[in-house]
Amino acid sequence: MAARAAYVLYNGNLMEKTIMAKNGLKNRSGNPVWIFFTSVKLTVIVLLLLAVTSIIGTLVPQNGTQAFYVHKYGEFFFRLFDVFDIFDMYSSWWFVMLLVLLSVNIVVCSIDKLDSTWKIIFPDKVLFNVERFRRLKNTEMFVSNRNLESLESMCRQLIEKNFSMAVSEETDQVVAIFGERGRWTRIGVYVVHLSILLMLAGAVIGSVWGFKAFVAIPEGTTVDSAFLRGNDAPVELGFELRCNAFSVSFYDTGHPEEFKSSLTVIEDGKESFTRDIVVNDPLRYKGLSFYQSSYGVDSAKSAVFKITSRDSGMTYSVKMAIGETIDIPESGGKFTLDEFVRGYNFRGHNLGEGFVGRLSGNNDSDKSGLDTAHGSMGTQHGEADHSEADHSEADHDHNEAGHSEADHQKAAGRSMNSNETELYIPVKFPTFDKMRRGAFAFEIQDYEKKYYTGLQVAKDPGVLYVYAGFVLMIIGCWITFFMSHQSICVEIRKKIAADADSGKSDDADGGYDILISGTANKNSQGMKLKIAKIASRMRDI
Amino acid sequence: MNSSMILSVTTFVYAFASVLYIGSWTFKKETMAKLGFFVLVAGFTGNTMGIILRWIESYKIGYGHAPFSNMYESLVFFSWTIAVLYLFLELKYHERIIGVFATPLIFLSIAYASLSPSISDKITPLIPALKSNWLIAHVITCFLGYAGFAIAFGFSVMYLVKPLESGSGKQLPNSGEPRTHANFLFARLPSLDLMDELIHQMVMFGFLFLTIGIITGSVWANSAWGTYWSWDPKETWSLITWLVYAILLHLRMMRGWHGKRIAWVSIIGFMAVLFTYFGVNLLPGLHSYA
Ligand code: HEM
Repeated sequence: MAARAAYVLYNGNLMEKTIMAKNGLKNRSGNPVWIFFTSVKLTVIVLLLLAVTSIIGTLVPQNGTQAFYVHKYGEFFFRLFDVFDIFDMYSSWWFVMLLVLLSVNIVVCSIDKLDSTWKIIFPDKVLFNVERFRRLKNTEMFVSNRNLESLESMCRQLIEKNFSMAVSEETDQVVAIFGERGRWTRIGVYVVHLSILLMLAGAVIGSVWGFKAFVAIPEGTTVDSAFLRGNDAPVELGFELRCNAFSVSFYDTGHPEEFKSSLTVIEDGKESFTRDIVVNDPLRYKGLSFYQSSYGVDSAKSAVFKITSRDSGMTYSVKMAIGETIDIPESGGKFTLDEFVRGYNFRGHNLGEGFVGRLSGNNDSDKSGLDTAHGSMGTQHGEADHSEADHSEADHDHNEAGHSEADHQKAAGRSMNSNETELYIPVKFPTFDKMRRGAFAFEIQDYEKKYYTGLQVAKDPGVLYVYAGFVLMIIGCWITFFMSHQSICVEIRKKIAADADSGKSDDADGGYDILISGTANKNSQGMKLKIAKIASRMRDI
Repeated sequence: MNSSMILSVTTFVYAFASVLYIGSWTFKKETMAKLGFFVLVAGFTGNTMGIILRWIESYKIGYGHAPFSNMYESLVFFSWTIAVLYLFLELKYHERIIGVFATPLIFLSIAYASLSPSISDKITPLIPALKSNWLIAHVITCFLGYAGFAIAFGFSVMYLVKPLESGSGKQLPNSGEPRTHANFLFARLPSLDLMDELIHQMVMFGFLFLTIGIITGSVWANSAWGTYWSWDPKETWSLITWLVYAILLHLRMMRGWHGKRIAWVSIIGFMAVLFTYFGVNLLPGLHSYA
């Protein structure tokens, strides 16, 4: 009851008080559960609990691996935190409970009060009470010597201009003119609270009927499904998506400037359309959105080799596509470029990105520099091996790029004729192939990378509700904070002062006292200024 | 003359303005506060020019982006938003003395930007995720919100340091209310009622803009990464801040809290703002955000 009383006092609005009191009696007499949920104390406590517990999730990193947590907190605290879902606290049962409590609180409160608010907004009849205005503190008074008619019409005009309605009423003291505006603004709070419910509903809809997934598409490749975040289960897209090209541009400082993927949607085997996406401009199609989120080097398209002849000292520059075979100059045999590898194990060291190819048809079979036993040779594609791969664009996909490994496993098992020599030509170590002491040393001058693009795939049918909530929240806050239900009363009275017995006729030549008073359900300071402004306007005329 | 130089000079102009405001309070000389106002306007002009010039410079270098992209730029802009809001208030309420605790904040923010060795004033290019018009809307609204809270904080401190006097008999000219507190020493300070009202006004202003700031941020996140909310520490702390001020509003509107108690809640709220702004970078995380 104390809260309610304080509130009414603050608004200083009599009409409200009576209606509230009536309603209060009706609803409060009932159910204790209902009363519990109408309490603003509950609101404050729940909001406080939400604020305080939210801090935990910013101190303890969320959704990490078990190993990470055990290492960081030790076995005991790991167990303890785990019991309370601290590692995924924002979707834990107790955090969700708090949100549910909040929603019920809002719903019950709104239902409890809507009835009386409704009566204030749409009253059967708007009644003004001069007595009430006379008792208000927000008052301005001055004396005028004009005649009654012009005073009255002037006041009416001013009130009509500043308020949405004006009513004149005869009083025991001559006449009073009432004005008011903004009855409807009392709905503002309900709009704010409704917006919160909408956002929460949107979040629930999104988590039940939506998903977040990831897919990495090498350039030129088509996919028809993505992999759910968390458990990597595949989800069908319902159409096919091809990455035509990926490109990254850099500033002169070396910072990336733009990541761009050209995507083509393919349906029933036919190309539907092609679109470029960049980081802040996703592709949206059939309820799914594709966001540029990471990229990496998948392989290479072609390479330019510098081939140095040991005998003649001549160098040749040759550009080759993957899979291409060339005749080495000076009748040095043939060279086939087999593939690009992201890692290469050479005597226990990973030499990083490079090209693997075959030399054949020459007599140059001294393989001193390179151990070609298949067992020790293998391409590696673990994440740690990517020198440039997997640049997450400020996102969370570090773990998700370990994709197209399968493409490259064949490298380890390629069958080779006995007269063929496998070459590994690393990108980073240009002199590596010289150590083989072959007739020709290969060195990479340049190569054209083939990227994969990492796309975040999201389906979220709840976004619409959340966005509707956003809009309502802003509108509702605006109404609640900056608009109010204001009423004003200008009373024209016979001048009381001077000679007490001259108050006989209505147009007393002693003039009139003009009393202006008003009230608002919020922002009494603003109302005070407004009354002062209106008073000064009346004086001026 | 480049933007960094203009902004360094601005720092000192703001410092001078704060000194004048504080001086006028301690020495009870209104002329100092009057002068302080003009110095503040001068500082604000420099601040504005500095920001515009920096914008132009970024285009000249070829990066071409609004100057809201790193710590330096945001601090400079923070000063600007507090200054613009404060100047508006002083013009509206004609109360010079309310600047005592608000103007030093304008100075502190830009001083931290200009003088801290760990904050670089170099113009750097934008990473792709930041290239969005939502960024501009997000930064401007968030900082307007922070500015509202900063000024509310200034008023709250003022409210709390002003001794609760037992009536010395003097009524303040601007308040006709019966329970006005008047005080001999602080006779020229605005009444507690007015400050209470101003704290409320500033919190509402800040709350509205923080709300819009969080909303634009989430719309932006949704367009860049496909999630409007991912509970990263910065987001979470802005939500915590938002909740603190929502609590304040409910306490005031529903439970009739006023004066000192609201001033304390507003101070707690501003601590949350500061943590959201500076503290979040200290938190551990699985991902290290810049
Ligand atoms: C964070 C989520 C919020 C929750 C859970 C919440 C909940 C509540 C509840 C339960 C009440 C009591 C209703 C009653 O007794 O009639 C209330 C009242 C109120 N709330 Fe909120 N609220 C939230 C946010 C806001 C926001 C953001 C605003 C600011 C615009 C706001 C403004 C108000 C106002 C003005 C009242 C007084 C209602 C009246 O005059 O009848 N609320 N709130």
